[in-house]
Amino acid sequence: MMHWNSTGEFFAMGGYGFYVWVSYGLTALCLAGELWMLHSRRRRIERAGDEA
Amino acid sequence: MGFSTIHWYRYASPQAFYPLAGTLAPLFLAIAMGLGLIGLFIAFFVAPTDFQQGEAYRIIFIHVPAAWMSMFIYLVMACWGAVGLALNARLSFMMAQALAPTGAMFTLVALVTGALWGKPMWGAWWVWDARLTSELILLFLYLGAMALHSAVDEPRRADKAFAVFALVGAINVPIIYFSVKWWNTLHQGASISLTKAPAMAAVMLWGMLILALACWAYSIGAAMLRVRCIIAEREREASWMNEMREAE
Amino acid sequence: MKARHKRFAFIAAGIAAVAIAATLVLNAFRSNLVFFYTPSQVANGEAPKGTSFRIGGLVEQGSLKRANNSLDAHFMVTDTAKRIEVVYSGILPDLFKEGKGVVAQGKLESDGLFHADQVLAKHDENYMPPEAAEALKKAGALNEKTGKSLVTTTEQAR
Repeated sequence: MMHWNSTGEFFAMGGYGFYVWVSYGLTALCLAGELWMLHSRRRRIERAGDEA
Repeated sequence: MGFSTIHWYRYASPQAFYPLAGTLAPLFLAIAMGLGLIGLFIAFFVAPTDFQQGEAYRIIFIHVPAAWMSMFIYLVMACWGAVGLALNARLSFMMAQALAPTGAMFTLVALVTGALWGKPMWGAWWVWDARLTSELILLFLYLGAMALHSAVDEPRRADKAFAVFALVGAINVPIIYFSVKWWNTLHQGASISLTKAPAMAAVMLWGMLILALACWAYSIGAAMLRVRCIIAEREREASWMNEMREAE
Repeated sequence: MKARHKRFAFIAAGIAAVAIAATLVLNAFRSNLVFFYTPSQVANGEAPKGTSFRIGGLVEQGSLKRANNSLDAHFMVTDTAKRIEVVYSGILPDLFKEGKGVVAQGKLESDGLFHADQVLAKHDENYMPPEAAEALKKAGALNEKTGKSLVTTTEQAR
């Protein structure tokens, strides 16, 4: 938008695209993974509660 | 006046805190989402290129908030452990336990993004300097504390062991923070500190601070979700749990 | 029986984690707290002899010579008091520049040259847009500002 002339330029990140996008991608994966683990733990508890 | 009339200690029992945590968790996760989007927008579209590192410096927007959180969460965890030991309060131990996985996750993020930043800028994924080594030790402290808690069968003894371990390990946090001052390291010094003006352009700084707040809100949200799981697992024999389950 | 096995596994994992942490701490305290030696320290004979170690400082202005047909590079590492000539054959990191920080690992050979087998760039903690850096440079304050953090670290180490 401000200093990117094209989408390609944005994804290239001045030649450092790999490092930048892998960093952000793995971070997103870590956050999503933790929330998913919390969600499945919750579901496990609820299932155990229903059986009791 | 308002503060003292609300009976804060009412929330000190797991039973009372359980529904409160249920209300707070989605609230803080929503705040984290909002701040995260604003922060990412600044990080990628408003913040300018760096004069030395070009676009690669944009990794700073997650690396530094994650590294801050990794240290801060450890201190908060140790504090809850200390409160738990001092007052023998079950909820404090549960809060300490609920923070550990989130802290470990942020430590991992700081290490991984640091490696991905170090390779193009320094020329190495990893070096054994004091900053990087002490941050790696922090990850092992989190994992060690979690393993210790699961290893002890009796929950109350597990809580105490966890708290003592967390408190002893807290010595590592100032070591991480001051490592770049105390020893010569490859890692550069702090850009942001309380004692000097930030060594960063204002827009870059804002992006980083907003993302740090987003991580903060996320951590509270995740810890609230986890403490609810811990309470539900530990109190499943308690009558209030059964009543609540039937009411739902 | 199964619960006992699980518990045993957790205790083993816990002990392993603590052992790894302790090993790392001891290892760090033994050698890695001094990540690099400054040219002044090397001149004083503080650096290990006969083994590989790291030197750190600034790449001296105008000292970098690259070979035309190979990856060989020659440059001076200085802490503004003493200097060491470094030879290296390999790809230099993107941030490697004259007047900027560098950490090189290698051996001081009998020819008086430091033969590096790894060269790392040490950058400072200043972040700003190129225009701001340009303005600072015109005012003559940039080198002072960016260079200072590295010289002070080398001074502390002295």
